[in-house]
Amino acid sequence: MINFMLNGLDVAVEKGTTLLEAARFYGIEIPTLCHNEGLSPYGACRLCLVEIGEPGKSRLVTSCTYPAQEGLQVRTHSERVVKTRKVIIELYLATCPSSKTIQDLASRYHVTRVRFRRKHDDCILCGLCIRYCNEQMQGKAIGFVNRGVERRITTPFNRKFEECRLCGGCIYICPACQARCQGPQEGSGVCNACLNLSPPCLDHFGDAMCYMDPCVACEQGRKG
Amino acid sequence: MVALQTCLQSLPELLNLQQELKRKQEQRKNYLAVCGDTGCTAWGSKHIKDVFQQCLEQKGLNHTTGLKFTGCLGLCESGPVVIVFPQGIFYQKVRESDIEEIVEKTLLQGEIIDRLLYQDPVSGEKIIYAGEIPFYRKQERVLLADNWSIDPSSIEDYLALDGYGALGRVLHSMSSAQVIKEIKDSRLRGRGGAGFPAGLKWQECNEMVSAQKYIICNADEGDPGAFMDRSLLEGNPHSVLEGLIIGGFAVGAAEGIIYIRAEYPTAVQKIRLAIGQAEALGLLGENILGSSFNFRIGVSVGAGAFVCGETSALVASVQGRVGEPRQKPPHLAERGYNNRPTVINNVETLANVPHIINRGAETYRLTGTKKSGGTKIFSLVGKVNNTGLVEVPLGMPLREIIFAIGGGIKGGKAFKAVQTGGPSGGCLPASMLDLPTDFDELSAAGSMMGSGGMIVMDEETCMVDLARYFLKFLNDESCGRCFTCREGLSRMLEMVEAITKGQSSMVEFELLKELAAVVKDSTMCGLGQTAANPVLSTIRYFEEEYRAHIEEGRCPAGVCRDLISFNINAELCNGCGACRRKCPAEAIEGESKTPHLIRTELCTKCGICLETCRYHAVNKL
Ligand SMILES: Cc1cc2nc3c(=O)[nH]c(=O)nc-3n(C[C@H](O)[C@H](O)[C@H](O)COP(=O)(O)O)c2cc1C
Ligand code: FES
Repeated sequence: MINFMLNGLDVAVEKGTTLLEAARFYGIEIPTLCHNEGLSPYGACRLCLVEIGEPGKSRLVTSCTYPAQEGLQVRTHSERVVKTRKVIIELYLATCPSSKTIQDLASRYHVTRVRFRRKHDDCILCGLCIRYCNEQMQGKAIGFVNRGVERRITTPFNRKFEECRLCGGCIYICPACQARCQGPQEGSGVCNACLNLSPPCLDHFGDAMCYMDPCVACEQGRKG
Repeated sequence: MVALQTCLQSLPELLNLQQELKRKQEQRKNYLAVCGDTGCTAWGSKHIKDVFQQCLEQKGLNHTTGLKFTGCLGLCESGPVVIVFPQGIFYQKVRESDIEEIVEKTLLQGEIIDRLLYQDPVSGEKIIYAGEIPFYRKQERVLLADNWSIDPSSIEDYLALDGYGALGRVLHSMSSAQVIKEIKDSRLRGRGGAGFPAGLKWQECNEMVSAQKYIICNADEGDPGAFMDRSLLEGNPHSVLEGLIIGGFAVGAAEGIIYIRAEYPTAVQKIRLAIGQAEALGLLGENILGSSFNFRIGVSVGAGAFVCGETSALVASVQGRVGEPRQKPPHLAERGYNNRPTVINNVETLANVPHIINRGAETYRLTGTKKSGGTKIFSLVGKVNNTGLVEVPLGMPLREIIFAIGGGIKGGKAFKAVQTGGPSGGCLPASMLDLPTDFDELSAAGSMMGSGGMIVMDEETCMVDLARYFLKFLNDESCGRCFTCREGLSRMLEMVEAITKGQSSMVEFELLKELAAVVKDSTMCGLGQTAANPVLSTIRYFEEEYRAHIEEGRCPAGVCRDLISFNINAELCNGCGACRRKCPAEAIEGESKTPHLIRTELCTKCGICLETCRYHAVNKL
C-alpha cells in the first residue's frame, strides 16, 4: 500500500493507483473531460489538475495520470487549483459553449462569466472517441490529424473506412456532441433543440461516417 | 594511414596510434584551415579549398603543408575565412584571386597581406592573429577550441589531439559509478534547456534494473537562430560520439541513438561518417578497446518540428510515431525508448564529457559558477556588432558578453533588451545587464538559459511586437494535444495582436496576464510551460510600453503598423519625387518641385519613403 496525504488526511491506496482514482475513492470530486475509467489516461483536458508537494515548492499535475507516491502531499482544492481550474472552464465555455457537459461544469464550479471571445469549435479534442474506437472496439477508424490549432479528428484520408463498424461509441462518449438543452423558448414553452441537432462530428466527416438513424447522440434522432 | 586499417584491441594500441598520428601532424606544422561550415560554404569556401589544393600541388607543397576543411570558425559574416598555421594568421573574405598570393607570401615567407586582415568594427584596428581578435580573445573556448585544428571528416585529426583518450581511460580504469561520480562532481548541467544535473540523470538511469537501456543524443536544435549544436556536430563530431559512448558506459546502455533534424544535412552526413570511422577502428562495436563493453550508435533523422526536441516527443518520433509529448511521469529513466530506461542528453552536454574525464572534475569546475561548472556556447545574434558563436564560462555577466565580446550595439544605438533562452525564454532590460548567465539566476529573473540563444535588441524594437513574434512561433509549433497549450496560446496570441493594433483595453490586458499564468502552470510539456515567458517577461520589465499601446494607442518604438503613420513636412520637402517613385502602394502624390503628400488611406506604412528621403522631410508618428 502507498500512504500519502490527501487534503490533509492520511490515506492509503494500492500501488499503481492514480491520484484521481484515489481522490474519487475517498469521495473527493475532481472534474474531468478527457478521462474515462475504461480507457487509458490521456492528460489533455487539464481539468483534473491538483497541487502536489510542499507549499512553496508545489506544482500542478494532472491527477488522471499521476501515480500516488509514498509521502506525497496532494491538495485537490487549493486556491491555486481552483483559480486555474476556473480559468480553464471559462476557456472551455468560450470555445465550446453548446456542450451541456461544459455548461454543467461551469455551474458546478461557479464560473459565472466568459471574458474570452466566444467561438463555436464544437470539438474539444479530448480524444475520448479515438481511444474508445481504438481500445474498446479495436477499430482504429478515427485518429488525430494536423498540429496545434489545426488539429482535428477524422478518418484515414478523410474517407469512409471499412474498419468502422458503425457502433456509434464515438458519439456516445463525446462530451461535446450531447443534446444541447437551451431551455424553454419564448412563446412555445418547449426547448426542442434536440430535434434540430446535428452532432459536430457530422461537419467534419461529411460522408465519411455512418450516421446512425436514429442518432445515438440524441434519443430523438436527428431526423426527428 | 596503414595503422587505421586495424581494429584497436587495447588501450596501449590506442595510445600508440595517438602518438604516431601526433608525430605525423607535427611534421606538418604548416597548414591552412579553410572554414567549411554552412556560412563560409555559402560564401564559396569549398571552391576556395579546391583551388588551394591545386595550388599546393602545383608548387609541390602538398607533402609539407596540410589543408583542412574545418567546422565553423566563428565570425561567419566575414567568410570565407582562412587561417594560416602555425602562426594563426586570420584572413577573411578570401577570393580565388587571393590564393596564389597567400601561398607565395604568407605560407612561404610569413608575410602578412594587409587587405585580407580582419578589421575590428569597434576600434577600426586591423588584427593579424586569430587569437587576438577581441571576439575570440575574451572567450574561453574549450568545446570549440579544436574546431581550428580538426577536419571533421578525419578521425586522425581527433586522435592526434588525444581523442578517445577519455574513453580509453574510462573503459580501463573506471567503473560506471566512478564515471557518474566524476560527472556529478564536475557540476555539469544539461545544456539542452532544463539544466538538469547530468550526473544525477545518469545515476537515475544506471540504478534502473532492465535488460536493455538506451542513451539518446538530442540534436534537434529547433530554436530559431541557434546553431551551437550544429557547429559541434559539423566541426568536431567525434567529441560528441566520445561523450555518448562514455554516457552509454555510465548508464549501462548498449545502444545509442543520435536524433538529428533533417534540416542539418551536413551534420547528418558528418556524424554518419564519424560513426563509420569509429566502428572501423573498433571504438564502437563489440568489446571496445579490449574491454567487455559493447556499444552501437544509430542515427535517426527527425522531420523538423520544434516540439520534437522535448524528450517524450523525441522518443515518439524516433519510434516512428507522431512527435507528440506525453504526460510524465513515468519519466524516461523509467520508460523511454522501447519502454526501456532511457537517458536523453543534449549535444553540447555530451561534448563536455571527454573534457571532464581528461581534466578531472576538480579542474573542470574551476570554470563556471558554484552550482554549474564549465563553459556554455551562446549564439549571439541581433543588433550587436559581432555576431556568432560565443563560448564563455558559465556565470559571465550579460554585459560582458554583449559589449566586450559582441562589441556593443550596432550603429551606436542604445541597448534595449536581450532575449535569452530562445523563443520561450524571456526578455531582460538594461537594468539586468549585470546578471550572471547562470541557469538559476536567469530563471529567477523570468527568463531562462534554454539552449543558449541570445538575441540583442536596440531601441528600435517594440517589446509588444517581439512578444507577439515569439508567441506566434510557439503557437504554430504547439502540438495541440493539451487544451491549455493549444487554446491558451492561440487566445494569448489573439490578445497580444489586438494590443499591437491598438484594439485592446486594460481589462483585457489583465485577462492576458491571468491567462498567461494559467498556461504556464497547467500545460503538459515544457513547450507550454515556458511559452508564456516572452509575454510575462516583457510585461514584467516593459509594462509601460504595453500601456502606451493600450491606453494611448501609441507604439513608442514606432514598429506596430496600425499605430504609426507617415507624413511629409511641406517645409522640408522640395518635391524631388524620389519617395513618390519608390512607394510600392502609390500612396504619394505631388507635382514635381512642389511639396508632396502621403494619402494615408493608401499608405501601407512600409517606411520606404522615410528611408528614401534625403531631406529628412518624411516623419514617422
Ligand atoms: C519544446 C521543447 C523543445 C526542446 N528542444 C530541444 C532541442 O532542440 N535540443 C535539446 O538538446 N533539447 C531540447 N529541449 C530540452 C530537452 O527536452 C531536454 O531537456 C534535453 O535534451 C535534455 O538534455 P540535457 O539534460 O543534456 O540538457 C527541448 C525542450 C522542449 C520543451
Ligand atoms: S482528466 Fe486529466 S487531463 Fe483530462
